[in-house]
Amino acid sequence: MDGLNFLSISEARDRLRAGEITSMELTQACLAAAEEAEALNAVVHPTPDLALEQARAADARLAEGQAPAMCGIPVGIKDLFCTEGVPSQAASGILAGFKPAYESTVTSRLFEAGAVMTGKLNMDEFAMGSSTETSVYGSTVNPWKSDDTELTPGGSSGGSAAAVAADLCLGATGTDTGGSIRQPAAFTGITGMKPTYGRVSRWGIIAFASSLDQAGPMTKSVRDAAIMLEAMSGHDPKDSTSADIPVPDFEGMLTGEIRGKTVGIPKEYRMDGMPAAIDELWASGRSMLEDAGATLVDISLPHTKVALPAYYVVAPAEASSNLARYDGVRYGHRATLAQGDDITAMYEKTRAEGFGDEVKRRVMIGTYVLSAGFYDAYYNHARKVRALIKKDFEDVFADGIDAILTPATPSAAFPLGQKFDDPVQMYLNDVFTVTVNLAGLPGISVPAGLDPDGLPLGLQLIGKPWEEGELLDFALAIEDRAGFVAKPEKWW
Amino acid sequence: MSIDHDDARRVAILARIRVDDEDLPALASEFNAILGFIEQLREVDVRDVEPMTSVTPMRLKRREDRIAGGGITKKVLANAPDAREGYFVVPKVVE
Repeated sequence: MDGLNFLSISEARDRLRAGEITSMELTQACLAAAEEAEALNAVVHPTPDLALEQARAADARLAEGQAPAMCGIPVGIKDLFCTEGVPSQAASGILAGFKPAYESTVTSRLFEAGAVMTGKLNMDEFAMGSSTETSVYGSTVNPWKSDDTELTPGGSSGGSAAAVAADLCLGATGTDTGGSIRQPAAFTGITGMKPTYGRVSRWGIIAFASSLDQAGPMTKSVRDAAIMLEAMSGHDPKDSTSADIPVPDFEGMLTGEIRGKTVGIPKEYRMDGMPAAIDELWASGRSMLEDAGATLVDISLPHTKVALPAYYVVAPAEASSNLARYDGVRYGHRATLAQGDDITAMYEKTRAEGFGDEVKRRVMIGTYVLSAGFYDAYYNHARKVRALIKKDFEDVFADGIDAILTPATPSAAFPLGQKFDDPVQMYLNDVFTVTVNLAGLPGISVPAGLDPDGLPLGLQLIGKPWEEGELLDFALAIEDRAGFVAKPEKWW
Repeated sequence: MSIDHDDARRVAILARIRVDDEDLPALASEFNAILGFIEQLREVDVRDVEPMTSVTPMRLKRREDRIAGGGITKKVLANAPDAREGYFVVPKVVE
């Protein structure tokens, strides 16, 4: 375990600045680790040439001194981010061969800060899924195993989670529409943060549900999340929903000091049939926060139960609009046409061939709930329920709650290929995380324990809008006390 | 509310996704499972609630109405499945 790829971002940053290691060495260690890890199917488009070029530039910058924290740090980028000249497919067949002529704002910011991209990472197609099984590249395999069963790393940012957990890179970008950063982070024993909606620019990130999507860091520690979040954040004129407010020095603010603060425990998150291990984890999280000097208060978020149904109206509705652009005209796949096929046949065949089953399902559900006669009954109704869900949170924050503690997921990682009775079974993975997207709040998943099978479990903390700094302190308080140091045994 | 084959076919046409006739029953049944799940929303009293338009209270920014870029036809067409003479090419649309 002495490879440089095992370092955290903060450790690597300190050693790079001290001149003890070079970004070139660090990058080569990550590239070699990724090359060995094909069995995980986490990296789907490796970019070694670009990485080495960026590492060389980072070393020159480090030698001059005053380099930003991310300078020289190898990171993986979820395939949802457009990266100039590098395949960016959202793990979909419909974007086969697409190489953007531009760079997403997030990756531009990371590169400006000196970060090194080692490759594009696997995910569920268009970020629709909780297991990375809907990817056109095939499933990613969780580095963690129980017995000999191959497990899902979660999704949609499953490639990012597996890559960080297996030390193929020091950190990775993820995106989170209903839990797609926090659930895979929990399943792989890493830290994953979804910032407040508007904190990070969505420009150049292939859109799923625009009012819910938010990018964030997936890292080996809370400190690393603070460092990487700061580099990703900030106002962007190219995203009209990005907030024009200053980005705090998240790492500088980080103390883990939460004495005198109040944490809410929402009673609606106690689900019937929840595994005992999840219940015990939640209880131990409460003790850790109490030990850190916080006061715990039972709270109620009465509309929690209808959050998932509201999500499964709003997200597909937005997806059906966003994915209308994939028509075989401007980029990606176009079906081979038969003699006499008109333009409508071209659209229909292209989309039938290019989209996977889950994406088709959601586009069609979205089309249905937006169609004449159903728009009010479904879409407008769901938007009203969404307003109530947000108000639940506003009410408890107004009552003096500083953060909310919940489990991150209703179970540990499940086997790949597990059969579900219907699509809704898979949707239940997001039951604890989806409320946060609907309310636009920041949320973070922190690894906090192992279940009886030795699989990692995460706790979720939910914060007030724009208070990511405070939220990271709560997360650090958990991290310090959980002492989670377990790593998956290398089998790949 | 229950969705039958004809409803499923209508939705597929609206979504511009070709679905073979023999796949319509399975699709209709999946729609029914998802819509059944969504039905829970009906239990919520939403009288006097305004539908959410923006999750964070913010006024959309305005900018000067002027051209900010352009002249990159080659880049725009670079990923097109079929492009000729500076245009995207599609099957004949107008008779």
